[in-house]
Amino acid sequence: MTTPVLRVQDLHVHYRTAAGPVKAVNGVSFDLAPGERLGLVGESGSGKTTMALALMRMLEQPARIEGGRVLLDGVDLLALSEEQMRRIRFDRLSMVPQGAMNSLNPVMRIRDQMIEIFNAHGRHPDKAERRERIGHLLERVGLKRDVADRYPHELSGGMKQRVCIAMAIALRPQVIIADEPTSALDVVVQRQVMETLGAVQKDLNAAVILVGHDMGLMAQFADRIGVMYAGRLVELAPVRQIFSAPQHPYTQMLIASIPSLEEKRLFKGIPGVAPSLLNPPSGCPFHPRCPAAFAPCPTINPALEETDAGRWVACHLHSEAVLHDSRA
Amino acid sequence: MTPVLEVRAVGKVFRAGGFFKRDATVALKDFSMTIAGDRPVITAIAGESGSGKTTLARLLLGIIEPSMGEIRYHGVNLKAMNGDQRRRFRQEVQAVFQDPFEVYNPFYHVDHVLTTPVAKFGLARTRDEAYTLIETALHQVGLRPEETLGRYPHQLSGGQRQRIMIARALLLRPKIIVADEPVSMVDASLRATILESLLKLKQEFGISLIYITHDLTTAYQLCDDIYILYRGTVAETGSVEQVIKQPKHPYTQLLVSSIPLPNPDQRWGGDVPAMSERNNGSGGGCPFAARCPHVMERCHIAPPPLYQTSAESAAACYLYDDQPELRQRPVAAHDLLNPH
Ligand SMILES: Nc1ncnc2c1ncn2[C@@H]1O[C@H](COP(=O)(O)OP(=O)(O)OP(=O)(O)O)[C@@H](O)[C@H]1O
Ligand SMILES: Nc1ncnc2c1ncn2[C@@H]1O[C@H](COP(=O)(O)OP(=O)(O)OP(=O)(O)O)[C@@H](O)[C@H]1O
Ligand SMILES: [Mg+2]
Ligand SMILES: [Mg+2]
Repeated sequence: MTTPVLRVQDLHVHYRTAAGPVKAVNGVSFDLAPGERLGLVGESGSGKTTMALALMRMLEQPARIEGGRVLLDGVDLLALSEEQMRRIRFDRLSMVPQGAMNSLNPVMRIRDQMIEIFNAHGRHPDKAERRERIGHLLERVGLKRDVADRYPHELSGGMKQRVCIAMAIALRPQVIIADEPTSALDVVVQRQVMETLGAVQKDLNAAVILVGHDMGLMAQFADRIGVMYAGRLVELAPVRQIFSAPQHPYTQMLIASIPSLEEKRLFKGIPGVAPSLLNPPSGCPFHPRCPAAFAPCPTINPALEETDAGRWVACHLHSEAVLHDSRA
Repeated sequence: MTPVLEVRAVGKVFRAGGFFKRDATVALKDFSMTIAGDRPVITAIAGESGSGKTTLARLLLGIIEPSMGEIRYHGVNLKAMNGDQRRRFRQEVQAVFQDPFEVYNPFYHVDHVLTTPVAKFGLARTRDEAYTLIETALHQVGLRPEETLGRYPHQLSGGQRQRIMIARALLLRPKIIVADEPVSMVDASLRATILESLLKLKQEFGISLIYITHDLTTAYQLCDDIYILYRGTVAETGSVEQVIKQPKHPYTQLLVSSIPLPNPDQRWGGDVPAMSERNNGSGGGCPFAARCPHVMERCHIAPPPLYQTSAESAAACYLYDDQPELRQRPVAAHDLLNPH
């Protein structure tokens, strides 16, 4: 494998609350290859946004990174000063946040919002060059140059979402994190936005982490899929295998719940409620809802292990060691 | 029997005020639909981003007033309701709003959105009873009451906030729920669970649902009828079987072919047609003309009426001008299904 551009190692993020720490990210590790498209899916509330914000070091109180490393080209982002991190954001690592279109400043023209990014990084001080660059960026995401002179409220949701992508790629980062970039858009615009993101990503050879719930978009866009459950990464595999032969029972049930246009009114949700992140169950966090749970599951939390080349799963059903032990 | 809800040729125009002198936006044009009183229905509203879906929801809820036409609840114009009628309307027609980031007051615990309606509509006699009601509703949307209540909105994930809004609607047992993208931020399995509980509301309590969504697959799963909006007008309407499985309008065809299939081996085919410069939809013709692969000269001149394309569907497109026009107003997809 090529040297990963991003390595996340045993990341822990807690929200410190009066009732105790909410363990929103609980020991997540993965590598991201240059130019790779990683889809991140999982239960609502499983810690995807929290993890994305942790990678960007954009978490706010009472969230705290309690442990782990985030290596961007070998440099641990968690060890950098705030000023060093500020210079890395947008430049090497950028994000299209959840609900991005609401994050645009309503009283500033798009052009001025983009200029702010350039200024913050000392880029394109020349006015003519800057104008050209902004025009080019907008065209790159399928917008007209004159969008630069508009205010956010004068743009449709899809247009705003593309503006956010244009801002995220403005400084040609190596890694782009997009948190549900299209969940408010119609399928035609969705497709345009994703194709735009895909094209610029290829152009820059940037890696993309796409967070989302739309399994259709994931199937269309991602190379690999990571599945989160209760703050942990429970499966990580190439996209085809996630859809055709998922290994973790949670992933299997998630895939089985995807509706199709073939059969009507077959709702296959997963019975039960997502586990508490304040008092997580002992053992595997999925065991209370897992139809395949057996002896070790309530007590031993399975580690994410490589089962086949490139396939990772955190489940005792697939763990050599535990199966061996429990039979012995 | 008087319909529960009747939308008669409603239009909404937003006039740009303040600093920016731009043209007025026609968010919705000549829209009609009926929710019958004899049996509950689940109606999907789908269409382009910005096509007027949220505007329609806000009109139905009486949050904004129509610029043209009228909306009647049990035969009474929303504008002309007396105090009692208004109170009844507010309880019986409930909303799940699109943007879970907007509706919460950041200074109140999320409990507020659940306890307020319980108190206001006198749904419980005691505190315990109120708590039990709230607890049940939260369970129905997959939330743990003990870890949800007492939190501020920013302490919950996007999907969790969205689900509290649904719990609120479930709690009130209304007659009609208007849900604007209620599950856009939750995962597939939870989506299935929540949609199933909405379907149960219809089956067990006779609650009608207006389901606004971009997700045509869940619309197909859940709904009886559908309206496809394009730039404030109805492009196609009818039963979901007809409209989603056999789309007739070129815009519906584009929508259906753009559904991202959850299968990595079945990629999106073809290209998305770009907007032509000639007509950006603001002229007098068919709003889809600028992108339509079948565009004809007449499409630029006058907007097409709805033609009955099958026993259960109608499309606003001249390709079907050999079919009878749907003249009768208001048009309800449901009337198409069961001609009187
Ligand atoms: N400020 C906070 N205080 C306490 N708990 C919090 C806070 N913010 C988030 N959480 C909790 O942390 C968990 C992870 O939240 P996060 O937003 O990362 O989830 P997510 O996977 O992105 O969910 P979604 O798919 O719904 O967006 C959730 O259970 C949430 O309730
Ligand atoms: N308060 C307002 N003032 C001015 N224009 C408005 C207002 N509300 C909506 N509009 C405009 O009306 C049109 C329809 O908007 P609406 O929000 O109803 O669309 P939508 O179908 O819900 O879109 P989406 O799928 O993106 O949620 C858009 O062009 C929008 O910009
Ligand atoms: Mg999130
Ligand atoms: Mg809307």
